[in-house]
Amino acid sequence: MGAHGRPAAVSAVVETHALTMRFGELVALDDVSLAIEPGEVVAVVGPNGAGKTTLLSLIVGLLTPSSGDVGPSGVHVGWAPQQQAVYRKLTVAENLRLFARLEGDGDVEETVARMLEQTGLAGRADEVVEHLSGGNRQRVNVALALLSDPPLLALDEPTAALDPAQRERLWRFLAARARAGTAVLFVSHNIGEVQRWAQRMIVLDAGRVRFDGPTAQLARGGDLELALLELLDADRAPA
Amino acid sequence: MIALLRKDLLILRRSRLLLALLIVYPIAISLLIGFAISRAPARPNVALLDETPPGQTVTVGGRTVEVSSYADGLVGGVHEIPVQSRAAAVEAVESGRAVAAVVIPANVVAKIGSVGGPTQLEVLYNGNALEQSIVASKIEAAVARANVEFSRQIQSAAAKASNQLVSGGSGGVLGAPADMIGLGEIPPVIERQLRTLPPGSERHELERVLAFARFAHASVGETGHVLATIGQPLTVHNVLISGRRTPLDTFAVAVAVAISLMFVSVLQAAGSLALEREDNALARLLRGLVSPAELIVEKSVLAAGAAFAVAFVMLAAISAFVPISWGRVGEWVLALAVGALAFAAVGVAIGANAREVRAATLLAFIVTLPLALLALVPAGAVSGALGTVISVISFVFPFRATLDALDNAINGASPALAPSLAHLVLLALVFGALARLGLRRGRAA
Repeated sequence: MGAHGRPAAVSAVVETHALTMRFGELVALDDVSLAIEPGEVVAVVGPNGAGKTTLLSLIVGLLTPSSGDVGPSGVHVGWAPQQQAVYRKLTVAENLRLFARLEGDGDVEETVARMLEQTGLAGRADEVVEHLSGGNRQRVNVALALLSDPPLLALDEPTAALDPAQRERLWRFLAARARAGTAVLFVSHNIGEVQRWAQRMIVLDAGRVRFDGPTAQLARGGDLELALLELLDADRAPA
Repeated sequence: MIALLRKDLLILRRSRLLLALLIVYPIAISLLIGFAISRAPARPNVALLDETPPGQTVTVGGRTVEVSSYADGLVGGVHEIPVQSRAAAVEAVESGRAVAAVVIPANVVAKIGSVGGPTQLEVLYNGNALEQSIVASKIEAAVARANVEFSRQIQSAAAKASNQLVSGGSGGVLGAPADMIGLGEIPPVIERQLRTLPPGSERHELERVLAFARFAHASVGETGHVLATIGQPLTVHNVLISGRRTPLDTFAVAVAVAISLMFVSVLQAAGSLALEREDNALARLLRGLVSPAELIVEKSVLAAGAAFAVAFVMLAAISAFVPISWGRVGEWVLALAVGALAFAAVGVAIGANAREVRAATLLAFIVTLPLALLALVPAGAVSGALGTVISVISFVFPFRATLDALDNAINGASPALAPSLAHLVLLALVFGALARLGLRRGRAA
C-alpha cells in the first residue's frame, strides 16, 4: 500500500509490504505497509516504544523483518542515526573521505568538497570531530548519509541535540535536498518541527500504523499536538 | 579494507597516550628483563657466627682437617657479615643488615667425631614468609655445598690414610712408624718364609696370616673407592627426549615476550573494534560498506601488526643482554606473527561483544591475565581433575601454544614449531568465528 492507504506509486523510492518485526514475544512492528515517493518529506511519530526506530532500522537494512519485505531490492538509503555515527578522532574531511571510499565513490575528493560545501562545513573541514559543537557533529552525521546521493534519506531524531538556529539551518538544507528529489523519512518527537517541515505523517502506536496522510489533514488547521493526542487516546478508549 | 586500516592507524597516531605506551613499553620491559637476567643473582647478607675455637681441627686417620674450612664453604653462596657473638647475630638480623644469621656451634668437632647424628647449625631468620622461604632455600643450598666440600676433605684424608696402609712408608701420617710395611708388601714376605718351612703347625699358622694379609690388602685397597661413593652416592645425568634444553633465562625471555604480545594484540583488537560501536559507526559500516569478516580481518591484522612490532623490538633489545640466536630470526617472525594473530582473534571476539572501549579493555584484562598465568602452571604440578581443567583452558586459549612456538623459535626447544603454529591458526579461526557471531548479534546496537 502506498501513501494514504492508496496502492503504491510506480515511482516510490521505497515500499514496505506487511512489514512485521518480533523480538521474542514482543511485536515491535505489526503489518506495516507504506510507500515513499521522491521528494516527499515524511515524519514518523508516536509514543516511546511505538516502533518508529524499528521501522527505520528495517528500511535502512539494519534489521531483517520477521515477515513482510522492503523494496525495491538493493535500494540505497542514506542513514543518519540518532546517535551520531561519526569517528570523533578524525577530522570532518577525513570522516567524509573514509566513507566516500567505502561507498566506492569514483571521485572522492570532488564528493567530499561538494558535501562540505552543501552542509556548510567547508570552514571546519580540518577540525577533529570531537572538538565540534553538537550541531556541527549532526551536520557531519547527515553529510555522511548524503555522500552517495541516495534517493531516500532516513533520519532518526535529526535535530534532537541542536539549538533552534542549528535546527533551522539543518531543515532548510534538508528541504532543499527534498526539492531536488531526495525523499526524507524522519523520526521525531518535535511536533512543531513535524508540522512545519513534513508534508506527510505516519503515526505509529504499539507497532501499528494509526494514521498515514498529509500532516495538514491530521491537524485540520488546528493544533497538531492536540490532534495527535486525541488520535492516540481515541485508539486506546474502550469500545 | 585498506581505507579502514588507514583510518585506524590515523586514530592510533592521534591517541598519544596509547602510542607512547606502545613505543615505551617494549623498550622499558626489555631493558628490565635484560638487566635482571644478565646480572649475577644477588647474594643475601648473612651474619656468620663461628663459635668453634680458632685453628680447631678434625683428625681422620691421623690426618687433620681445619674446621674453619667448613665456614669458608658455607659463605661461598652468601655475602658474609662476620659477627662475634650470638647477640650481635640477632641484632644483625633484627636491624635488617642480614636476612639471616648462621651459628656454627662450638661442639661441632665433638659431634663430628661422635655417632649421635650430624652436627646442627642454627639459623636465625626474620622477614615475611616469602623472604624466609627464599633465604631458607639459599642457606640450605649453601649448607649443602659446604657439607659436600667438608666431607670431600675428610674423605681425602681418610683415603690417604688407607693408601698408606696398603703401600706402606711413613707418608707423614701422625704416629706411624718409620718405614712402615704396607699391606700389599706382606703376602710376598710371608710366601718367601713359607717356602723355607717344613709342613707342620708353624707353617699352618703362617698360611692363616698370609690369607688374612691378602684379604686385608684387597679390602683396604677398595676403601678409597668406597669413601668417594659415600660422599656423593647419587649423581644426575639429564637426558632430553627431543629438542634441546631451554636455559631458564631464555625461557623467561619467551614468557616475557609472549605476555607482551598477548597484551598488545588483545587490547588493541578489542579496543579498536569496541571503538567502532562506541562511535556508533559499526552499524553504518555493516550496512553493506564492509562485511563482518572484512572488519574482523582488518582489526586482527592491525592489532597483530602492532603486537608483532612491539614483541620483535623487545626480542631484539633483549638479545643485547641474553644470548639469543639471530640465526633463528625466521622462526621468531613466524612464531610472533601467528601468535599475534591468534591473540588478535581473541581480542576481536571480546571487542565484538563489548559495547564500549573501557568495557572491552577491562574484559580483555580479566580474561587474558589469569588464563596466561594458568598456562604457566607446569604439567603435573597440580592433581587430577584440576590439572585436566588447566590443560583444557591452556589448549583453548592461545598463550600456551604461543609460548611453545616462541620457546622453539628462540631456543629450539620442543615441541616443534609447526604443530604449535597449526594450533594457533585453528584458535584464530575459532575466535574469529566467535567475533563474527558477536557482530551479528550486536549489529543494530
